[in-house]
Amino acid sequence: MTMTSIGEQIRARLPYQRRNAATLVLLIFAMVLTLSAFAEVGLARDGNVPAGLFVYGGGLVVLGLVAYAVQAKFAPYADPLLLPLAVALNGIGLAMIYRLDLDTSADRKVAAQAGRALIPDEANAPTQLMWTFVGIALFVAAVLIMRDTDRPDAKLSFTPKTAQRYTYLIGLSAIILLLLPIVPGIGAQINGARVWIRVAGFSVQPGEFAKLALVVFFAGYLVNKRQAMSLIGKKIGPFSIPRMRDLGPILIIWFFCLGVLFVQKDLGTALLYFGLFISMLYIATQRVSWVVIGVGLLAVGIFVATLLPFMGHVNQRIDIWQNPKPYFDGGCLLDSGRVVPVNPDTEIYKRFKEQGDGSPGFSACAELGGSYADSAQLMKGLFSLGEGGVLGTGLGQGEPWRTPLSFSDFIFDSLGEELGLTGLMALLLIYAIIVQRGFKTAVAARDPFLKLFAGGVSFVVALQVFVIVGGVTKLIPLTGLTTPFLSQGGSSLMANWILIAILVRMSHDARKPAPQAIQDEGMTQIVSTR
Amino acid sequence: MSEFTLTLIKLAFLAVLWLFVIAAVGVIRADLFGSKAADRAARPRPERPSRAPKPPRAQRGGNAPTKLVVVQGERSGTVINLSDVPITIGRAPDATLVVTDDYASTRHARIYAQDGQWIVEDLGSTNGTYLGRTKVSRPMPIPPGVPVRIGKTVIELRK
Repeated sequence: MTMTSIGEQIRARLPYQRRNAATLVLLIFAMVLTLSAFAEVGLARDGNVPAGLFVYGGGLVVLGLVAYAVQAKFAPYADPLLLPLAVALNGIGLAMIYRLDLDTSADRKVAAQAGRALIPDEANAPTQLMWTFVGIALFVAAVLIMRDTDRPDAKLSFTPKTAQRYTYLIGLSAIILLLLPIVPGIGAQINGARVWIRVAGFSVQPGEFAKLALVVFFAGYLVNKRQAMSLIGKKIGPFSIPRMRDLGPILIIWFFCLGVLFVQKDLGTALLYFGLFISMLYIATQRVSWVVIGVGLLAVGIFVATLLPFMGHVNQRIDIWQNPKPYFDGGCLLDSGRVVPVNPDTEIYKRFKEQGDGSPGFSACAELGGSYADSAQLMKGLFSLGEGGVLGTGLGQGEPWRTPLSFSDFIFDSLGEELGLTGLMALLLIYAIIVQRGFKTAVAARDPFLKLFAGGVSFVVALQVFVIVGGVTKLIPLTGLTTPFLSQGGSSLMANWILIAILVRMSHDARKPAPQAIQDEGMTQIVSTR
Repeated sequence: MSEFTLTLIKLAFLAVLWLFVIAAVGVIRADLFGSKAADRAARPRPERPSRAPKPPRAQRGGNAPTKLVVVQGERSGTVINLSDVPITIGRAPDATLVVTDDYASTRHARIYAQDGQWIVEDLGSTNGTYLGRTKVSRPMPIPPGVPVRIGKTVIELRK
C-alpha cells in the first residue's frame, strides 16, 4: 500500500463523527489521573489520603463534567481530545502545586502549632483551585457565547470570525495590554520582570492575553494581504521581499511589541512573539524563505544585543546558559568577561551583609563594577531533574520545593524530580497532542482567517512550551514564561482556557457535516452576471 | 507506608499517566481510520454516500468515477466522494467545494449525476468553466481524467 492511498483513505473518511463518548471516557481518565496524583502526594507525604483529595479533586471533577456537558450540547462535533487533555494538565499542575504548597502537609501543621519557624513558600494551592474554577468557567462561557461561523442569525452572534472585523482594534488592544505594566500606579514588578498589573488586589499578567490578541491581529491582517505579500515584491535571489506598504503595519506593531518587551526585560515573551510572527507569515504565504529570514534575523538580533553595552542582561543570560556554575547563589560578570562569585561564602558578600544591606550580592557586584546574576534557580532545577532520574522519586517523596519558583517557572523541573523522565515524556506528549489537534483544526477549517487563527494559537502553545521547557532544562538560555496549564497563576490559566475554548468552537465548526445546499432541486433560476 | 508500597504506587501512577496518553493517541487513530464504536455510531447516517455511487457503476461496468480530486489550485489535494448529491463549486461558503480565488464566482459551477454520467454545468460564472479546452456553455458530460478548470482550480473525476 503506497503512501498516497493511505492519504486518500484518510481523506475519504473526512465526514467527521461526533466523538462525545471518547471525550467523556478520556475526561474520566484525566480525573482518575488527577485524583491518584493527589492520593499519591498524601500517601507519600503524610501517610494517608489527604483532605485535599476531596476538595481539589472533587472540585476538578465537577468543573470537568460541567465543561463536558456544555461542549457535548453546544459543540458536539468538537475535537474530542482538547478538553480532556487540558483538564489532565490542569489537574496534574494543581496536584503538583498542592504538593509544593507546604501549608497543606501534616508535618507543617504540627510544626506551626509547635511555634517553630517555617520556610516561607509562595506556592498557593487554594488560589490555584480558584483560578482553575475561573478558567473553566471562562471556557464554558466562551463555548456558549461563540456561535458557528455559518449562523450569523442571532443579534448577539459572536463567532471566532467576528474578530476579523476588529483586526486593527484588537492589534491596538494588544499594544495597550503590553504597555499596562509600565504605567505607574497599576504596573508592578515581581521577580525582576515588569509584566504585572495590580487590579482589585490581584496581580494580572496582561501579556498572556496580549498573546491571543496578537494572533487575531496577525491572522486578520495576513488574510487580506497574504496574496499581495507572496506574489508582489522584489525578488532577491531565491527570496521575494514584499512591498513595504504590505509589510509595514505588521512590522510596526511587531517592533513596538518587541521594544516594550525589551524595556520590561521579558525576553521569553519577546521570543514567543517573534516566533509567532514568523510562523504566521509562513502559514499565510507558504514560503519557507520567511522561516530562513526570521531565524537569520533572530541570530543577528542576538549577536547585536550581545555587543551593545546597555543590553548587558542578554549577554549575561547567554553566559549563564553556557556556564552557570560561577553564578551559583550570585555571580558578577565584569566588563572583561570574567565572572567573580559573590555568593554568601565570599568575603565581599559578608562585608555588605554586616553593613545591613538588603541585597548584599547586588551591592557587592555594583562595587566591583559588573552586573549581578544568580544561577541558583537554574542549577537547583537541574539538580532536581538529576535527582528524579528515569522513574522519578514519586509524588510527595522528592524535595522540589528547594528550587525557587518551583511552582511556576520551574514546575516542569519539579515534576521531573517526582515523575522522572518517564512522566515528563508523557506530559510533553500531551502538549504535542494538543498542538497537533490545533493544527488539525486549522487544516480542516474552510475559512482562511480561521485557518490562520487556529494555526497561530496552536503554534503559540507549542513555542511557549518549547521556550520554557528548553529554558529550565538548559537547552536554550532561560527566559521566564509560564508553562501552559501547569504553572501557578491565574492569568495564564484563564488565557489558556479561552484558547482551548476557541479551538473547540473552531473544530466543531470545521468538523460538523456540511449543510445541505438549497439549490439541489435544479429549479434555481440562473441570472447571468455578465 | 513502607518504601516498597510507595515504589509500587509511584510506578502505578506513571503507568496510569502513560495509559492516558495511549488512550488519547487511540482516539486520534480512531478519528483517522475509524473504530468499531465510531462506525456503529455513524451507520444510520452515511447511508446515502455508500449507496449513491452504485447506479452509475451498475451501468458503466465499474468504470464510473467515484471521487472528485482537486489537482491544482489552493485546495489542491482535496478529495470529495461522489454521491448522487450534486456538487457545487464556488466562493459561497455553502458550496460543496469552496474555492477562495478571485477568478471564481460565488456560485461558479456544479457537477451532478444523470443517467450514469457526471455532468458539469456552468452557473453563469464571470470567467467561465472549462472542460479540457472547451468552454462549458451548456451542461456537458465529463469523461474520466479530463480536467475541469474553475478559476485557478483544476478538478478531475477519478475512479
